[in-house]
Amino acid sequence: MRNTETMTNPHVPTKTAEHADHIGHAPAHHRSSLVSYFAVFITLMVLTIVTVWVSRIDLGAMNTAVAMAIAIVKATVVILWFMHVIHSPRLTWIIVIASFLWLAVMFVLFFADYSTRGWPLS
Amino acid sequence: MTSTTIEDAPFIEPSTKERRNYLNDEYGVLSWLLTKDHKRIAILYLFSVTIFFVVGGIFAFLMRLELLTPEGDMFTSDTYNKLFSLHGIVMIFFFLIPAIPAVMGNFILPIMLGAKDLAFPKLNLASWYIYIIGATFGVIVIITGGVDTGWTFYTPYSTQYSNTKVFATTLGAFITGFSSILTGLNFLVTIHRMRAPGLTWFRLPLFVWAMYATSIVIMLATPVLAITLVMLMVERALGVGIFDPALGGDPVLYQHMFWFYSHPAVYIMILPGMAIISECVAAFTRKKVFGYKFVAFSSLAIAFLGFLVWAHHLFVAGISVYSALIFSFLSMCVAVPSAIKVFNWTATMYKASVSWNTPMLYVLGFIGLFTIGGVTGLFLGALGVDIHVHDSYFVVAHFHYIMVGGTIMAYMAGLHYWWPKITGRMYPEWWARLSALLVFVGFNLTFFPQFLVGYVGMPRRYHAYAPEFQVLNVLSTAGATVLAMGYLLPMVYFAWSLKFGRKAGSNPWGAVGLEWATTSPPPKENFHETPVVTWEAYDYPAFLKAMQETQHV
Amino acid sequence: MSDVTLHHGAEHAAEPHEHGHHHPFLQHHFEDLGQQHEASTLGMWFFVAQEILFFGGVFCAYFVYRAMYHDAWKLGSHHQDWKIGAVNTIVLIGSSLTMALAVWGAQAAKRKFTTLMLVLTLLLGGIFVGVKGYEYSVHIHHGLFPGAQTYTNLESTPELTRGVELFMTFYFTMTGLHALHMIIGAGLLLWFIKRTWRGDFGPEYYSPVEIMGLYWHFVDIVWIFLFPLLYLV
Repeated sequence: MRNTETMTNPHVPTKTAEHADHIGHAPAHHRSSLVSYFAVFITLMVLTIVTVWVSRIDLGAMNTAVAMAIAIVKATVVILWFMHVIHSPRLTWIIVIASFLWLAVMFVLFFADYSTRGWPLS
Repeated sequence: MTSTTIEDAPFIEPSTKERRNYLNDEYGVLSWLLTKDHKRIAILYLFSVTIFFVVGGIFAFLMRLELLTPEGDMFTSDTYNKLFSLHGIVMIFFFLIPAIPAVMGNFILPIMLGAKDLAFPKLNLASWYIYIIGATFGVIVIITGGVDTGWTFYTPYSTQYSNTKVFATTLGAFITGFSSILTGLNFLVTIHRMRAPGLTWFRLPLFVWAMYATSIVIMLATPVLAITLVMLMVERALGVGIFDPALGGDPVLYQHMFWFYSHPAVYIMILPGMAIISECVAAFTRKKVFGYKFVAFSSLAIAFLGFLVWAHHLFVAGISVYSALIFSFLSMCVAVPSAIKVFNWTATMYKASVSWNTPMLYVLGFIGLFTIGGVTGLFLGALGVDIHVHDSYFVVAHFHYIMVGGTIMAYMAGLHYWWPKITGRMYPEWWARLSALLVFVGFNLTFFPQFLVGYVGMPRRYHAYAPEFQVLNVLSTAGATVLAMGYLLPMVYFAWSLKFGRKAGSNPWGAVGLEWATTSPPPKENFHETPVVTWEAYDYPAFLKAMQETQHV
Repeated sequence: MSDVTLHHGAEHAAEPHEHGHHHPFLQHHFEDLGQQHEASTLGMWFFVAQEILFFGGVFCAYFVYRAMYHDAWKLGSHHQDWKIGAVNTIVLIGSSLTMALAVWGAQAAKRKFTTLMLVLTLLLGGIFVGVKGYEYSVHIHHGLFPGAQTYTNLESTPELTRGVELFMTFYFTMTGLHALHMIIGAGLLLWFIKRTWRGDFGPEYYSPVEIMGLYWHFVDIVWIFLFPLLYLV
């Protein structure tokens, strides 16, 4: 008759000893302070005003670069604090960085073609 | 437990007492259509992809019939255009991309990890329904006149000039892409967060590493196809010129965006095949795969490098020579990790005691044919050669060696390897070996002549050709007939085995892996108790010892 | 012989029943709420990653044409009202703030506060979409919807007109996709407002609100890039 009872096995490690792989029980309890959220909000407001102000000044080709740089700072701030990445595990950082890295691959290699075709690019 | 053939394997007689498993746990159509059990969802996918495999195969067969004669006498060129387009669309989007991940990945991955299910079971079911909706668009297109742009939908023909169902087809492909994305997402989270205690990354079966790499490619590449198809649909619907040169657009931009996905897509199709090969090589040589870490990391390397080579599909499309040089160099690099895998599998087999069961026959076929396919890819990656053979049957032969000689052979290997686990039954070994032989012979007879005929100048996507190519084309069609037999036979004997096949025990192959530590078929929750892993990957003595210690006399 | 089962540490059964074990929202295939929380957050991050590639693709195409047709891009941008765009940006950033506060509140089990924050987020998002709809109607009224016949003699040269039409195609595609994501987000917010009011969330279980936040912030980030690229060329 089939015995379905389990048997204690001295060779099999206990669950807690091998627990490294999944962190368990309660969710990570870190809670950001309310102040940090408002600080981020103010920063985003200020940077938006700066973006608009700089765009009214003619910097030639630099306009795009400056606007994008400011946007990147804004996005970074949202990612780190609003999206809690600053308190998140390393894997989250890897996912965020990898996505933008892949996007960079797309941009760089697309423009490797377009900028070397000899077509007029402004 | 040291048998060399399936006939010698100690047969563990299943209990005569009625045992509940995931198949008999619940009955009724709704218990299948509303299931959240990853194993049942895998079976749902198995049915769906098999149907589309047959549909795609029919289109191929019609093409091969036309190509028996040099004149385009069986179909008009418009109809022939639809045939090769639908063959590609059905085979790629509705068979090759989902098949191994959604059938074997879904079924085996959670069990291999010692988990009760994937991370998001409801999302998994949603994936299948999304696939069905996308595939339904495909079926509607087939029934209402088809599409003739090629599976690549190159602009501006697809957006401005084609009179066929481009919008509906791209919408279907767009929808099916989401199914793929959600499956990949599910796999990634499951592998990261639901491994059994003791299952560290370097104890994982190589199947898991390759499925992980596949899932990364799916997540990062498929959305780019999605946005490309959106832009295609916008252009077609509004008559604007995003990719139309007459209206200021660049058709090469479309090709860049399309192939940014579609090249990694071929790695989505081959990596799961390689995953299966690693498992089968280990199982049927009774050895740890040689160079485990190299094989594991090579999967990640393929995933990464695979994103850097797409413009080798655009060499003659009008990209700058400078960027073509870059992409040619990168294309050479991407072959390296694939070669590493082939070397390691071969080294595993060296001086091993190999049991030549059906899965292993397919594995051998894979290793040889994938190598040929991969090497001919290198030929194509060389700029000068590509000028000569682009858009010829050489290209067609190259990718069929990889997709059919590679992926589909691996799929057959996996089906036969895990069939006992999925169904609790053994397939009839000699009929299976015969089918494997038919597939191998039929495959080579179909596609090797295509290398030759392509090299001497026969272009692809034409229904008529120069008369001097006829002999090779006739051989190719003959091969296709044999190949079709080789694929039909398993459908018959697999169905037969469900009722009449010998019942299988937990581990009919004597292999290492958590999936062999549970019953065949598994219970609904996969394991009666959460397993704890104490053995290294493919460590036969340790695994078998652990099995014996927990087995009851 | 019997099937082979592996032994699981005996203390699992003997573990004191923690808050996670009988929690109504613990799904059966997870060990505990902690694992479930990690899995859902990770899942949403992977989803956001693929969304980055999705929008990234059209941004890449945008930049290619911006480089090719810079003058037409400038003209196209002048057809947008940057003041409305700026106001909408502020509205959306505000909604991101309220969303972040909602996540904070859910974790603190502040039912009414969280509900209020979610309602504000929904409101601000609704204002954004409404304003966008107004902008669209203005464009259509001026004959700027791509593919329309009124594009024939818009600018001084046919090339510039074609370029402006291309710009407007990108404008409508990018903001349209963005608005679609917002509308989906709004639908989800409605559902979460209901769940929060019902009292589903607390320090042990708030991951649905957290992942809603991740999605919402991502949509905000897309707009952070869209605004200067479409309104301020």
